[in-house]
Amino acid sequence: MSSPLLAVSGLTKRYRRGGKTIAAVDDVSFHIEAGETLALAGPSGSGKSTVARLLLRLIEPDAGRIEFEGGDFLSLNDTALRARRARLQMVFQDPLAAFNPRASVARVLDDPLRIHSIAARSERPHRIAALLERVGLSADLAGRAIHEISGGQRQRIAIARAIATNPSLIVLDEAVSALDVSVRRQILQLLLDLQREERIAYLFISHDLGVISAIAHRVVILDAGRVAESGNARAVIGAPQSAIGKALVAAAPKLNRTSTQGAADRQ
Amino acid sequence: MTALLSIRDLTVTYRHDGREVAALNHVSLDVTAGERFAIIGESGSGKSTLALAIAGLLPGSSKVGGSIEWKLPNLRSPHAFAPPSVLPSLPKLGISPTRGEIGSSVAGTPPAALEFGESGNDSAISPQVGEMSGRTEGGATDRQPASLRDHTPLGGRDIGFVFQDPSASLDPVMAVGEQIAEVAHTHLGLTWSQSYAKAKALLERVRLPDPDAALRAYPHQLSGGQKQRVAIAAAIAAGPKLLIADEATSALDTIVQAEIVALIRQLVAEDGMTLLFVSHDIALAADLAERIAVFQHGELVEFGATAQIVASPRHAYTRALLDAHLGLDAEPLLRQAGALR
Repeated sequence: MSSPLLAVSGLTKRYRRGGKTIAAVDDVSFHIEAGETLALAGPSGSGKSTVARLLLRLIEPDAGRIEFEGGDFLSLNDTALRARRARLQMVFQDPLAAFNPRASVARVLDDPLRIHSIAARSERPHRIAALLERVGLSADLAGRAIHEISGGQRQRIAIARAIATNPSLIVLDEAVSALDVSVRRQILQLLLDLQREERIAYLFISHDLGVISAIAHRVVILDAGRVAESGNARAVIGAPQSAIGKALVAAAPKLNRTSTQGAADRQ
Repeated sequence: MTALLSIRDLTVTYRHDGREVAALNHVSLDVTAGERFAIIGESGSGKSTLALAIAGLLPGSSKVGGSIEWKLPNLRSPHAFAPPSVLPSLPKLGISPTRGEIGSSVAGTPPAALEFGESGNDSAISPQVGEMSGRTEGGATDRQPASLRDHTPLGGRDIGFVFQDPSASLDPVMAVGEQIAEVAHTHLGLTWSQSYAKAKALLERVRLPDPDAALRAYPHQLSGGQKQRVAIAAAIAAGPKLLIADEATSALDTIVQAEIVALIRQLVAEDGMTLLFVSHDIALAADLAERIAVFQHGELVEFGATAQIVASPRHAYTRALLDAHLGLDAEPLLRQAGALR
């Protein structure tokens, strides 16, 4: 059996706060296979985003190993890390905060192509047009400023930027949480299409089990920095075993379209 | 069933980049006293504009047509109170009453329906501005029947408003107890010590773990869910008839969201308040509300009992919203897309 695309083991990150040490991430282990979607679920403060930041080495762990594409990710020096980051991309919840709002769409997409020496200057406008088309946008959008386009378009741009460097893994941190429901569905569909065609793996961070059950293969549920349970997404969400898994399932808004609801008082 | 308020032909227009943009287009609907009523829609549907219009919090630069008539049988008259210079600095509670009352006392005759204040302050989601009395856009005062002139609802006293972001609603440099007490002091005519006792009781009602400590806490010391509980306590402190929750749970994780929804449900039932629940989440709205109004691009596209809206929607847009909901029982997109495994 070949090694997984990403293998995280014993990952731990502690913070000191008010004289006390708090483990934001506590002995967390999981793996992601190529082309697979692993969801990281949990309530606010469970450590989901800290895991994402550790994976991108925006912060360094206190303990644990991260192996990515068969190599020790944590021992990469700055130069090697920069090169490796082309293969491990990130999409955030709010693309307006992630990009310079005054920058043009073309500029935002040009940066990764230039920085990672993916295309020569003369070729880049072509590449940008192709990327826009790839995420379902018109090439005419290239000249627009980030702040002028809609939230859904912006998230498509964020995805286009992420795939520009031909990554094998994209970390999506609450990437569809701020979108309208109809736009959210389109973005999820786009992610699935890209995954099928390019065999990109996703680490999909979300507190929304509805979204997770729709697009994830497997799920890891975190609670207070530790793994509470993990397994096949539909199986875990269908029959959660941990207290936090049960609480998340119970709290998810449910829509019963066949019988009456809502009007009944349940005090 | 009696109507609490009656909206007729309401049109709200904002100026944006020199153009007039209609945020609400000829909307008419009645809200029944004591009901839980949801307004749902996506970005730009006009749902928040409607909530702000009902609360009298529209930006001064907006143009308003149509009417909002309140049918409150016995509105309390405004209390006499100290001039603002004597009051502690006003928190941005979202429901700040003071200016409105000053306006009323200065103007002498409070206008009947909600006043769409024109203040020259474009940024004004600020509540004080919305409540400014005196000038109105398009002669709203004239449009209203004179008989209603003594029945002006007042933000903070008759209407409680809970916004999406409690960090923006609460004053960061004022203890939360003071922020709640201020509402009681201003609107109920309580002394400060009575107001603080009331604030503590409210913190218990919204189930903050340690109400004594919470009274003295500052917003940054509380979690997002706790801050929203404080904002709710402040919103209901004066015993409003109407509680408006505008995406009040959208920024919270699902577990905290469910707790806050349960809390709102309980408070509304205990106090006999009417609830206006504004949300983008049709499942959440259906769980809480007895009636749902669906908005799209500033138009009211469908309006009915929750069971009807959910089980047999008449409008294509309502169906699309229902179809877009990803519940735990939803058809997995994964399988539809034929991805691996």
